[in-house]
Amino acid sequence: MRIVSALLIGAIFGLGIAISGMANPAKVINFFDVAGTWDPSLIFVMGGALVTTAIGYRIVFGTRARPLFAQTYSLPTRTDLDARLIGGSALFGVGWGMSGFCPGGAIPALGLGEPAVPVFVIAMAAGIILARTALNALIDKPASA
Amino acid sequence: MATEFTPFMSLFGGFLIGVAAIALMALHGRIAGMTGILAGVLPPVGSDWQWRAAFLAGAVIAPALYLVFGGTVPFAVPVPVWAMVVGGLIVGIGVHVGSGCTSGHGVCGMARLSPRSIVATITFMITTGITVYVMRHVLSVGAA
Repeated sequence: MRIVSALLIGAIFGLGIAISGMANPAKVINFFDVAGTWDPSLIFVMGGALVTTAIGYRIVFGTRARPLFAQTYSLPTRTDLDARLIGGSALFGVGWGMSGFCPGGAIPALGLGEPAVPVFVIAMAAGIILARTALNALIDKPASA
Repeated sequence: MATEFTPFMSLFGGFLIGVAAIALMALHGRIAGMTGILAGVLPPVGSDWQWRAAFLAGAVIAPALYLVFGGTVPFAVPVPVWAMVVGGLIVGIGVHVGSGCTSGHGVCGMARLSPRSIVATITFMITTGITVYVMRHVLSVGAA
């Protein structure tokens, strides 16, 4: 039940991404190309998703003490702003602007059968593994010294 | 390359993304952030990979089924292959180091009014805009 529900929720997410235009690199890049072929559609994607989620989260947290299939809500608790957060996010934007793909746009785009998508996804997966390995090495060093 | 302005489809798509984010929180207690979900199935694989793999499978299958049942999804890559490879690598490093992407920080984190997510989102929206401007109007990189 837990796995089937995750599959269905993933499907709703993927369908939303596909019909919203977030799985189309040309549309994503045009959203940021205010000085060129500007397409403001993505403001509606992000606005729609954000408003829906903000209202829904409020209702969920206000009415249910715990999630149906888990003991607790797994929520990030940090509130500090560090160089890692800002530097990583800045870097992500460079890659997003170059390719027109963010992770949430690229994974559902795999279902469209376009050859450019797996190229991006494999490179992105390599980037995540690389960053994780490098960060783990950096964090482990002072601890073991 | 111009794309069609699609306010209604985009709004409806955004609504569905929101519905998925709410359902994942209500049922699984998890943030619908693609970075975190994906990272958990990449080696070394985390212990709770099953729900993540199921979510990812659903996210890939749904657009494929939508096409099978007659839906259309406009798709074009306006950049050369090297930009996909380099961009993908940079996105992977960036989202892992920055602990999130458009879905995790931009939708879920912003919806919780997390200061970290608000700062992350503003940061990547700015650098994406600068990168698109430089690629398009300074370096004139286009589709091959």
